[in-house]
Formats: sequence, C-alpha cells, structure tokens
Amino acid sequence: MTSTTKPASPAPNKIKRRPFVAELLKHRGNALVVPGLGSPTWDISAAGDQPEYLYSWGGMGLAVATALGIAMAQPDRRVLAITGDGEMMMGIGSLGVVADQAPKNLGILVLDNEHFGETGRQHGLTGARTDMCKVAEGFGIQKTMLVTEESQLGTLADLMFKQPGPTFAVAKIAITEDPWALPVKDGAAIAHRFRIAVGVEKP
Amino acid sequence: MEATTEDRWQKVVYDTLKKNGVTIFSYVPDAGHRMAIDLSLADPDVHSVALTTEEEGVALAAGAHLGGAKSALLMQSSGLGNCINFFSMITGGKFPFLTILSMRGDYGEGNPWQMGMGKAVRPILDAMGFVTVEITQKDEVERAIDAACTMAFQSGEAVAVLLTQKLIGAKKF
Repeated sequence: MTSTTKPASPAPNKIKRRPFVAELLKHRGNALVVPGLGSPTWDISAAGDQPEYLYSWGGMGLAVATALGIAMAQPDRRVLAITGDGEMMMGIGSLGVVADQAPKNLGILVLDNEHFGETGRQHGLTGARTDMCKVAEGFGIQKTMLVTEESQLGTLADLMFKQPGPTFAVAKIAITEDPWALPVKDGAAIAHRFRIAVGVEKP
Repeated sequence: MEATTEDRWQKVVYDTLKKNGVTIFSYVPDAGHRMAIDLSLADPDVHSVALTTEEEGVALAAGAHLGGAKSALLMQSSGLGNCINFFSMITGGKFPFLTILSMRGDYGEGNPWQMGMGKAVRPILDAMGFVTVEITQKDEVERAIDAACTMAFQSGEAVAVLLTQKLIGAKKF
C-alpha cells in the first residue's frame, strides 16, 4: 500500500493528450519525432502518419537515448523525444548523458499522467514527490518547463522546436480513454522509411 | 597520445574503428578500453559519449544509424547483461550494431563475482542473434575489427567483438 497523504500535484492533471499532441505536432516543421513505446506512439500515430515518426513497440527506457543518437548524427535537424513518465523514469540517467553532450537540436517532452497507464493505471512515481523538471535541471538541462494548461502550447512548441537545446518539458496530462491508433509494427520498415525521410538512404 | 608497447593494440582498436567510419563512440569504461576512450575524447572529428549504463549505447547506436552515422559501444562484458532487452530493438529494426567487449569472468579470472556473467556472455550473444568475433592475440586485432565492422555496417548484423582475457590479461582480484 502506498501513502495516501501525498502532496498536492501542482494542479489537477487536465490536459487531454491526443488533441494536445496533435496540436503540438502542427508546429514541428521538419523535426524528427521519437516517441516512447505505448501511448506516446499511439498519440503521434493518431495525429497522422509521417515517415519522420520513429514508432516504438519496445525497448522501454531508451526513447531519449535513441533521440540523442539521431540528434548527434543529424545536428542540423531538430529532434523531439515524446515519452511517458514511466518510460522517462526508467531511462532517467539518459538525461545525464544528454546534459553532458548538450545537443542544441534536441527537445524532450514527457507526457506525465503520474500512472502506468498502459498496464492498468497503477500508481506511478511522479505524482507525489518527484519533480522531473528539477531532476532534469539537476542533471544540467537548463531550459525546462512545466505545462499544466493547454494554453501553454505555444510556449511549449517554441521550447521543443525552436529554442537551442537541450530542452525539457513535463506536460501534466489527464488519464483518458483513447482509442488505440496502432501504426506499422515492422521495425525494419519503420527504420527504412525514416532514413529515407532523413535523406541518408535511397528510396 | 603515446601508446606503450603493452597497449599498442588498444590504439589499433581505435584506429581501425575510425578507419571504418565510426564517428560516435559510446562507453562505460573498462581498463581494456582505456586507450580507445582517451583517443576518442581527444579526437575533434568524433563524438565520445559517456553513458550512465550500457543499454543507452544500444539505443544511441540505433539512433546514429537512423541519422546516417556509424557508432560503436565500448563496454566491459558485465555491461552486456544490462543491454539484453534492448537487443530486441536492434534485431527487430535490423539495425547494424557493433560493440567491443573487454572480457571479465574469462580465462584466468580471479574475481568470483565476475564469473557468472563472464560464462553467460556467449550464450546471451547467441540467443540474441549476434555474430561474435573473439580476439586472443594482439596481431589479430586489426583484421578482427575490420571484419566486425564489415559485418555490422555492410551486412547490417549485430556484432560483438570479445577482447578476451588472453589478449588483455586477467585480473587476479
């Protein structure tokens, strides 16, 4: 049993992930997008299939490290990692690697519903005491943002896609029931079309 | 950076990786990789990435390939155990992948805590579908790393090069 006397979240989570992510992606320009597995992948898939989306079906904990590899190999292309709170916490050390490498073209967005949503909404690690923005700042990522209102989207888009990186944001999203939006599963096919979109492989 | 006679083969590891186009070196350090890591840190033409844990290097390698770069992960064999789940990403996406493992728990090991993982290295690599290249002699290093790079970057395989304790020497502790 976990403690029932948890400190209040900064605000009740009320951002609806699907329309919020879809709206954010309208600002991406030609940015490459690396979602974590599960709901962030379904979110970006639901926003409309694009070859610049690296859908993920596995490898929990490594969305940020994957995005970092792309950002280092493509320094002139913006890269955005979009992941969930559980996935981010599993790979939290990768924020230390990002801070150390300091890629100017990398943004990281955590969709934080404070629960393990995919597996039955079990208690997560970010709803009570852990502040991921402070964690990121502690690692040395200087530009961070806590998003609790949908009206902050414009500022968030600027931070994720325009401001020199590395940048980091946490969006406090509501737990919602969204229809699955399952993209193609074949990892080699996803990688192949992604590399064509990046321009490092011939069609 | 001056290589002594004793660690000249370590410089060959680095030079051969670089000759094969590797520009992103990620590492959790080990003594067997000291020279290669130091050379990558001092080389303005490559990225040298310190990791918090080895599996980050697996994802970094996938990302590097997606962005059109070649990467190598330098780690001790014990770190292989941290990576296992993420090798599914490599095989699932058919990503070229190259890691250089300095062995512990191998020929002449004196630390019993290293033996468990040391004995598991080859079965794990087999189970995850890797091509494994073992180096036991200093004069094999260049050919073996060349061969590994070719299999990884031309044939798109996941390749592990084992720097065995016959090559690097065993720790008695």
